[in-house]
This record gives sequence, structure tokens and C-alpha cells, in this order.
Amino acid sequence: MIVLEGLRKTYGESVAVDSIDLTIKDGEVLALLGPSGCGKTTTLQLLAGFLTPDGGVIRSRERVLSSRSGVVPPERRNMSLIFQSYAVWPHKTVRENVAFGLQVRKVSRAGIATRVGDVLKVVRMAEYGDRYPSELSGGQQQRVALARALVVEPQTLLLDEPLSNLDANLREEMRFEIRRLHDTTGITMVYVTHDQAEAMVTADRIAVMNGGRVEQVGSPHDVYEKPATQFVASFIGRTNTLPGRLVSPGVVETAGGQLRAQDDTGAAAGDAVAVCIRPHHVLLVRPEAPTNELRGKVVRHAYLGESRDYVVLLADGTRVRVQAPPTSEQAMDAAITLYLPVAACRVVAS
Amino acid sequence: MSRRSRLDWSILLWLAAVVVLLFLVILPLGWLAVTSFQAGDGAGLTAGNYVTAFSRRIYLEPIANSFKVAISVAVIAVLMGTPLAWLVSRTDLPGRQFIRPLILAAFVTPSFLGANAWIFLAAPNSGLLNRLWTALFHVEHGPFNIYSLNGLIFVIALYSIPYTFSFVSGTLELMASELEDAATTLGSGPFRTTWQITLPLALPAILGGFLLSFLEALEVFGPPAFILIPARQQVMTTQLYLFFAEFPPKIEVAAAYAMPLLLVTVFLLYVQRRLLGRRRFVTVTGKGGVRRVMSLGRWRWPFFALALVPPALSVIMPYGALLLVSLSRVWGRGPLAPGNLTLYWYRYVLIDNSETRVAILHSLEYGAAAATIAVVVATLIAFIVIRRLVPLGSWLGFIAMAPFVVPGIVLAIGFFAAYTHPPLLLYGTGGILIAAYATRFLPIAFSNGNSVLAGINVDLENAARTLGAGRIRALGAITIPLLRRGILSGWLLVFIPALRELSASVFLFTPRTQVITTKMFDFSDAGNYEAVSTMGIVMMVVTFAIVLAAFRFLGRDVTRSTAVAR
Repeated sequence: MIVLEGLRKTYGESVAVDSIDLTIKDGEVLALLGPSGCGKTTTLQLLAGFLTPDGGVIRSRERVLSSRSGVVPPERRNMSLIFQSYAVWPHKTVRENVAFGLQVRKVSRAGIATRVGDVLKVVRMAEYGDRYPSELSGGQQQRVALARALVVEPQTLLLDEPLSNLDANLREEMRFEIRRLHDTTGITMVYVTHDQAEAMVTADRIAVMNGGRVEQVGSPHDVYEKPATQFVASFIGRTNTLPGRLVSPGVVETAGGQLRAQDDTGAAAGDAVAVCIRPHHVLLVRPEAPTNELRGKVVRHAYLGESRDYVVLLADGTRVRVQAPPTSEQAMDAAITLYLPVAACRVVAS
Repeated sequence: MSRRSRLDWSILLWLAAVVVLLFLVILPLGWLAVTSFQAGDGAGLTAGNYVTAFSRRIYLEPIANSFKVAISVAVIAVLMGTPLAWLVSRTDLPGRQFIRPLILAAFVTPSFLGANAWIFLAAPNSGLLNRLWTALFHVEHGPFNIYSLNGLIFVIALYSIPYTFSFVSGTLELMASELEDAATTLGSGPFRTTWQITLPLALPAILGGFLLSFLEALEVFGPPAFILIPARQQVMTTQLYLFFAEFPPKIEVAAAYAMPLLLVTVFLLYVQRRLLGRRRFVTVTGKGGVRRVMSLGRWRWPFFALALVPPALSVIMPYGALLLVSLSRVWGRGPLAPGNLTLYWYRYVLIDNSETRVAILHSLEYGAAAATIAVVVATLIAFIVIRRLVPLGSWLGFIAMAPFVVPGIVLAIGFFAAYTHPPLLLYGTGGILIAAYATRFLPIAFSNGNSVLAGINVDLENAARTLGAGRIRALGAITIPLLRRGILSGWLLVFIPALRELSASVFLFTPRTQVITTKMFDFSDAGNYEAVSTMGIVMMVVTFAIVLAAFRFLGRDVTRSTAVAR
């Protein structure tokens, strides 16, 4: 188990990581998800030991790995890192790349040969052992990087945007590949990405980061269905945000009227909050379940085959996106009523 | 935290590099400044050296001469280099693919060798051209006299043309033809377009060439040493030499006299950087775009004849003269005199004369040592700067680049001052020449190391560290093997100019530490021009052999050569 406590890193005036608390459980895949500049890569560099924090500590069990006063260097943390650029050494063959970590650990020749052979089989690169990286495709280089990191049997595997340099098809395949590698090795992984789909496929838990802070940690299902903040709601999937003030728990006064919603925020009456609802949860026909109602006018309409997308302008000027079944044809400028089921509306901190 | 106390040994490596850097650069420049304020008898500080250096007419005249030469050279070099660049890169000039390598040949010819060649061609009576003239026109004297300020300007200008040429042709080749086509579609004729569109766009390059030629002419020592000293006229660099050659040498006055030269150089290089770094002419770097050549029509052959003039004067005729003289038993008897054609001087230089043999070996030895020191220090410093290993690392880079703005002759005065004092008494040993070469060409090694290192993603090294390798191991197993080609070419980039370095060498050598260039200088002083040209040819042959060998070696694919090495 790795624990980050009040971790902080600044570069001059700018704060890259702003007192992060995070626990990485043994054997899980934790994704650090956020837009560029949110501090996720800095967090990973701190975890790897390339950076010294300005405050807070990183502990592995009871051992302090990083603190303001010193850092266990990367080579003695028993973590492997997969780089965005793969960092496969161009002057070494696939086999030599993978063998390097074992040579450093003074493993016997025979031991190296077996373990390199085994790990190349695991990443399905067994027949490419004598190739140079320049003779490999991007996906194959990625597999070499994975093999090289895994062969030393690290406690933790850190991955820094590992798939961002691959083309779309390969990216999708490698997501499942990384998840498969985790399931066969059971290794703890910390996975940095800006791609929510990637995080949802690979991770057991997702830590959504923004502005150097962790906004929410939870399972993919939780962060999608129960976003804690407006940022999380809008960063993961599309969402409608209706800002307002909390009247009482679960009741929010917005510009378009009072809305009832699910509320885990613990915010007090009078706090500025927002109500979020996903476009596909907004209905054009009244459901049986309890619901909110909003009136508006269709100002944009797109037929997408599998669905119809509408933008509805409310009286107060708010725009609401609606993803409706393709059969629900509405004319432009038509005045309509939107139904926002209470179960699908969530109060989030703004 | 328990294992953190293990010392990171790499710190010692960085520290060593920084110490050597300071010794190489700061020590001589510091002593230069100090010496300029020292009284000749060693008693206290004084401004008297500056008064002496800048109040006497005989010392002021060389300064005027220097600027006269520099301005004339820059004007001539630009007037010849710019049209040549345009003809070669933008027109259908016949034989343009041969002009370019010839200009390159002029570029790699040391200008003092060119000066010697022109002495053989245009010395007042004995010069080959003058003899041809008197024979053809049956007159008493030929018209050429190389031993004059004009002769000096002519020679330096010839070897400055490549600066303007390469800047301007580089710019013109990046310029998309659409820029010119836009003018043509508006009704502008080809020559108007060239004049109003093409040339103005190339203006920064032309100015850059002008400034570099100006600087080169100001700080060059070889050509004026060979041409002006016999003419009993001086420029600043030869005057600096005379301060040294006097007995007792006036080092302090020389140091004071060198200061304005240093300041002008620093200022002009700054201007040149601003000029070329400004990138206001963004279009010039524009990508894509087709570049077509302009048809010269019936002007093709007249232009061809014109374009052939600079290469003929700077390469073909000089090397011809050098070969002729080196193959003549006695140069004065003329190349066609019976029994005069001989390999005597090659045998003399390479076998019979132990002094020249030793000088050649010294050159190779000192050059190799200097190249090794410069490349090791420069690479480590570049590493520190790029990886930001220490605060204020960029200052180290600045120090490593500082010798670039110091004329070789000024650096030599600093070295003389620095290494005749403790802690390092190097004067009289080969060490002072090695240190001088290493310092002088350190900027080349540094900028080479910088660009090579910048091309290597830091992740490659970090990957090794996450796998358990310490800093030094990561450097040895990953970074250095990846840098090998770049390091080797950096080594050559220092070794080659060190092999032909004259201006610092003549100040620092002693009879026991002769090198090729100082030996040539001695031979020239003694009037033994056959030996001068023979050594010049030998020097060029050695240089080309090394370059060719290196190209064959470097030309190989990096992964292949690694495979072979194992």
C-alpha cells in the first residue's frame, strides 16, 4: 500500500500539485485522470522519485519514500515506469532492452534468458527478440516497454499516458492488453491518462484531478454516476449543469425554478451548488418516477441515426442538451417540456 | 529514508567538469584583465599600460589599418558572396554543382595557407603571376604586389566569401518560389523581382555574412603575419605579436591593447545574434513551397565565367601554386627549369628533418589531447545544463561558450599570463598548447554536445533508473552509447581546427613544443617557402584523410555499428 499525504510540489509561483491525499491499495489499478496541466504527471514523477516534494510525504507501508528532506532515488523504489515516449533504447535489441533491469540486479545469464523469454511471451513479442526498436511498430515498442518494466517484478508499475502515442485502433486494443497484464500478474498499477474511456476500461478506481488537487476518487461507476463536483461531472462524459443555491438537502433553487435531486454533498442551505444531469437522462415524455419539469424552445437539432440530439433554450437563457430516441421528432423552435427525473439529477459542489 | 545516505558519486563527476571548465576559461580571461593593469616591473596596479597602448602613433596606426581592412573585406566578401549564392541556388547556372564544393574547399582552407599561396603567386618580382606578366608583355616589373594592405584585403576577402555564400544560399534555398511568383503575377519582371523581393528577404543573411567577415578580418592573425610583417606595416593582431616578440616582451601592454579588440568582437557577435535570431522574416523559413530555378538564358555563360572567379582565386590557383612550389627544388628558378621538379621537400619534411617530423607529431598529439579534454568537459557541462542538475546551470553554458567571442590571439595572451603563474606553470610545455586549443574550441564542442544531448529524450535515461540503475550506470549504459556518434563528430570538430591553429600557437610555443603551423611560420620567416608549402600540403592531406576516415566510420547506421562493436 502506498500512501500520499498532503503531497505538494511547486515550480516557482505555480503550484503543480496542491496537497494531495491518496491511498493506492495493493494489487489495484488506480487511474489518475484529468486534463493537461492538472498535476497528474507531476504526481507520477513524485511517485517515481524523479522529483522532490515541497511538502507532504509518500509512504510505502511504513517506509518513507519521499519527503521534503529527501527522496529514495528511483533506482531503489522498486517501481517501474512506462513512459509516454516508451523510452525504448534504440541502441539495444528487444531482448537487450528487457534484460537490462535484470543485469542491473545481477541475475545470472541463464536466469536472464528464461525470464526475458517468459515476459516476451506474456506481451506476445517472443518472436521479435532480436529486432531493434526502429524495426518495430508503435504498438510493438509499447509492448517492449511493458515487458522491460514487468520483468524486474516491481512492486508497483507506473504508467504515464502509455497509449497517447498510438493510433485509435491500437489504443483500444492496448487498453484491454494492459488490463489483461494486470489480471495475470496482479501487480499494483498507477495509470496516468487524460482519456476517460481509457481510465474506465483499465482502472479499478479513478482519481479525478484538477488544478493540482484530487476532486474525487471512486470506481468508474461512481465517478460517472455520482460525480462529487461540477468538474468531475463535466470532465467525465457530457453533462448539463444548472447552477443554483441549496434550499434544503436535495432541493436546489435554479434560474429555471426549484429542482429536486440526489444529494451526497452535505452542503448547507444557502450554499452555491449546481444540479447535473446527463443528456441521455433528460426525457421528452413524462416518466412515472418523480421528476422535475423545465420549459424551453428547441434551438438546435441533429439526427444522428442512433439518437436525436437537441439543444433546448430555457427562458432564463440556460441551454440544455438532450439525447433522445431517434423516434422523438421535434420541430425547430417548438416549445417543449423537459422532464428531469429526480433519480438522475445530482447536486454537486460548484 | 534509511538508505538515502549512500553518496551519489555522480556529483564528483559534475564537480570535476566544472573545475576544469573554470580553469580553462575563467583563469586565462581573468589573468588577461588583471595583467592589463599590472605595472611592467610587477609593482602594483596601474592604468599606464592603456596609456602606452593608446597614445603612441605607431600603436594607433595598426588599429586604423585593422578597421580599414575589416570594412573592405566585409564589403568585398558580401559583393562577391551574395550574387554567387544567388547564381548557385536560384538559377540554372551551368556547373553550379561544382561551384558549391569549391566554395566549401575555400572554407576549409586555412587563410594563412591561402596567404602563403598568394605570396607565391603575387610577390613583387618572384611571384608566378608577375613572372608570367613580364614574360608576356616584356616589361621590367609585374603589376602585382601582395605585400601591401590591398594584398592583405584581397586574400582575407577571398577566404571570407564562404560565410556570406553559405548564409545567403541557405536562406534562398528555404524561400518558397511563391513569394517571387506573387510579384511576377503582379507584373514584375524577373530582375525587378530579384531586386525587390528576393534580396530584401535575404538581407538578414547578407548582414550576417558581412558581420562575420568583418570580425574574421579584424581578428585574423595568419594572413597579416605572413603578408604585412615583410611589408613593415601592422594591423592590431600583428602589433600584438610584436609586443610579444620584443625583448623583454611587453605582455602588460599587449593585454591592454587587446581589450578593444575583445570588446568589439563581443559587441558585433551580439549584434549578429540579434540580427539572425530575430526571425522577423518568418516567411523565409516557410515550409513546403516549390523552389524553381530561374533561367538565365543567354547570360548563362557570361555568369558562369564570373562565378568561376572566386573559386579560381581562392582554391584552384592557390593550391596549384602550393603544389608547384612544394615540388620545386628552388622556387626562384621557376617550375619549368631543368632538374627543378622534385619530391625533395616532401622527403625533407617527412623524413630527413627531425624538427618537422616532431612538429607534425606534436600537432596530432596536442590536437587529440585538446579534442578529448574539450569534448569530455563540454559534454558533461551540456549534460548539467540540459538536465538542470544544478541551480544557475545556464551560467556554466555561458562560460563554456565565452571563448567563442575571444579572438585566438587575445586568448593566447590570457593563457600566457595565466600559465606563467602558479598554480599551473604550463608555459614551455605542450600542456599550454593543449589547454589553449581545448579552450579555444570548447564552444564548438559545447554547442555540438548541446544539440546532440537535446535530441535524446530524458525518458531513455530515466527508464534505466526506474529499472534500478544509478545515475552513473544510466549514463554509461544508455546516454553515452546513444551519444557516441555525436561525441565523435564533436571530437573531430575540435581536432581539425586544432591541427591548423596558428594565432594562439605562435604565442605559446617554444622550440621544444613546435607544431605544424608554428614550424611553417618559422620557415616563412627564414624565407624557406618550399618547406612552407610542403608542410601546408601535408597538413591538408592529413586533415582530409582524417575527415574521410571519420565519414566512413560515422556514415554507418548507429544500430549496426553497435551490433558490430559487440
